[in-house]
Amino acid sequence: MTEASTIAVGAEAGAPTGGQADEGRSLASDAWRQLKRNPIFWVSVTLIVLFIVMAAVPQLFTNVDPNAAVLKQARERPNANAWFGRDIQGYDIYARTIYGARASILVGVLTTLVTVVIGVTMGVLAGYYGGWLDSLVSRITDMFFAIPLLLGGILFMSTFPNDENSRYLVVVGKVVLVMAVFGWPSIARLMRSSVLQVKPNDYVQAARALGASPWRIIRSHVMPNALAPVIVVSTINLGVFITVEATLSFLGIGLTPPAVSWGVAISDALVALRTTPHILLFPSLFLSLAVLAFIMLGDAVRDAFDPKSR
Amino acid sequence: MTTTETTSRRRAKTATGSEYHPQDGLLLEVEDLHVEFHTADGIAKAINGVDFSLNQGETLAILGESGSGKSVTAQAIMGILDMPPAVIPKGQIRYCGQDLLTMPAEQRRKTRGPEISMVFQDALSSLNPVFPVGWQIAEMFRIHRGMNRSDSLERAVKLMQRVQIPAAKERVKAYPHQFSGGMRQRIMIAMAIALDPAVLIADEPTTALDVTVQAQIMALLQELQEERQMGLILITHDLGVVADVADKIAVMYAGRIVERADVYDLYRQPAHPYTKGLLESIPRLDQKGQQLAAIGGLPPNLMHIPQGCAFNPRCKFAQDVCREDRPTLQLVAPGRESACHFAEEVLNG
Repeated sequence: MTEASTIAVGAEAGAPTGGQADEGRSLASDAWRQLKRNPIFWVSVTLIVLFIVMAAVPQLFTNVDPNAAVLKQARERPNANAWFGRDIQGYDIYARTIYGARASILVGVLTTLVTVVIGVTMGVLAGYYGGWLDSLVSRITDMFFAIPLLLGGILFMSTFPNDENSRYLVVVGKVVLVMAVFGWPSIARLMRSSVLQVKPNDYVQAARALGASPWRIIRSHVMPNALAPVIVVSTINLGVFITVEATLSFLGIGLTPPAVSWGVAISDALVALRTTPHILLFPSLFLSLAVLAFIMLGDAVRDAFDPKSR
Repeated sequence: MTTTETTSRRRAKTATGSEYHPQDGLLLEVEDLHVEFHTADGIAKAINGVDFSLNQGETLAILGESGSGKSVTAQAIMGILDMPPAVIPKGQIRYCGQDLLTMPAEQRRKTRGPEISMVFQDALSSLNPVFPVGWQIAEMFRIHRGMNRSDSLERAVKLMQRVQIPAAKERVKAYPHQFSGGMRQRIMIAMAIALDPAVLIADEPTTALDVTVQAQIMALLQELQEERQMGLILITHDLGVVADVADKIAVMYAGRIVERADVYDLYRQPAHPYTKGLLESIPRLDQKGQQLAAIGGLPPNLMHIPQGCAFNPRCKFAQDVCREDRPTLQLVAPGRESACHFAEEVLNG
């Protein structure tokens, strides 16, 4: 109600000068208007904000030290003292899950950002300009495609292993680096094919005929029309990156204790899967929720940027 | 330079700092233009020496079937051919005396929009689907005139009103898919004339529209052209579309102009067998039950254009000379040119 009246007031105020109410009328503001009405967007944003706060200040959620092992109470079921129970080392699972968000979110978000920036840039260059630039980018992506993400991660992390004294950010940075190196080619390819699809459209030709510069054509005609698949795939990738980080940690070469992450927790839990499944349940649940939240966000954003879905 | 329109045009141009001034009303000259497409299968010769000129306030129709090179000509003038694969080995395109082909790319880009502008065939795909139409029209003013958002949108509304879009003020925020085909084409025209260009190229502007809307769009184009004294190049395969609007007609076949004439002369008495065939192939309402006349055969493969006259394999009048000697464009009557060895016979029926 308040929202509607604010808009009405804004429109009235703008009316005399003519068309000022339209000022904010751009793709972004339309998309935002659309997003505001989408409950899925709010659910995913709430979850993501929660996870990000969790990653930034875990102390808000728990005052238990995640590295305090109470061996006597190992494998305890969830109870009033330890809400999620304790794992085989006697660590408080709730505290470790909360603290584990930092590594997982950091790795997932950073890797996605880096892959999207590099992948989109390369994809646009290859798709829009074509020619030798296209051949070069395509061959480079081919080379990286020959090596699966996980294998690449294993190779890199075992060649440059962490030692006990490695700083937290260095460890995370290494994981991000290797996943970004092997992750950007798929985004670049996707962007390239998407740009190739958009480029022959008459509106791109029309923009050229009406004197738009190449940079403007890319920015306001090619990108907004070609970005949708990248948004969807990169939010799915975000989940993949979190799980690859978990796998690398599981293999003992990703994040290593004392660093805490959902991947480390999941790998620890597998030993006792049959007798005490709750150890696996909570970190997996958080991992799934985080991945789900990002995928839902990606979906909502993609819909919002497509005017035909309105 | 005496009419009020021309003065207002000149004033408008000086206000925006145009460095192009037509000499004696001559806007555009195309001279011996050649365009080839270098593909993996060989070289396709799309345009093989095209000459024409365009004056202020004049409408030139370029007529031809698919693959005759009419759209490539338009794209070459606009400079929106993809090079490669396209190559322009020869020719000049002069705008107000300056050769567009040798002009630095950035300078040439700045002629698109304010000097030479274009309306595309399919308005459905010529508008960016993710932006409101008003935003897209306003973009012209923002890029080329550096206007701010609200001023440019105001201008966009005015333009939409000018091209007769009902409720323009409300619809300025609507997206392209919310308009009908005819309305979209009007918006496209609004964008094309936004910066008051001296030359407007319309590449089959009505092909994607139904017949009643076609007439409205043509009437609008003609009206705008007269109002602004633009030089209009109308590219079409539809003889009916150009009849009322055009001053001159150039008929293209296999990348060459085969006949050039004033519109009434050409309709009354074609001077080239191809034009004759085209005119005969128009279905007529008053002759029911007869077989439709068609030109036999197919347009030539541009990789292997027939020797001699390119039209000879399909021509009723073809003789040995047509298979060996390519006829050049010759004056056959005052103001009429035809590239046919037997032009006079054709002209005299």
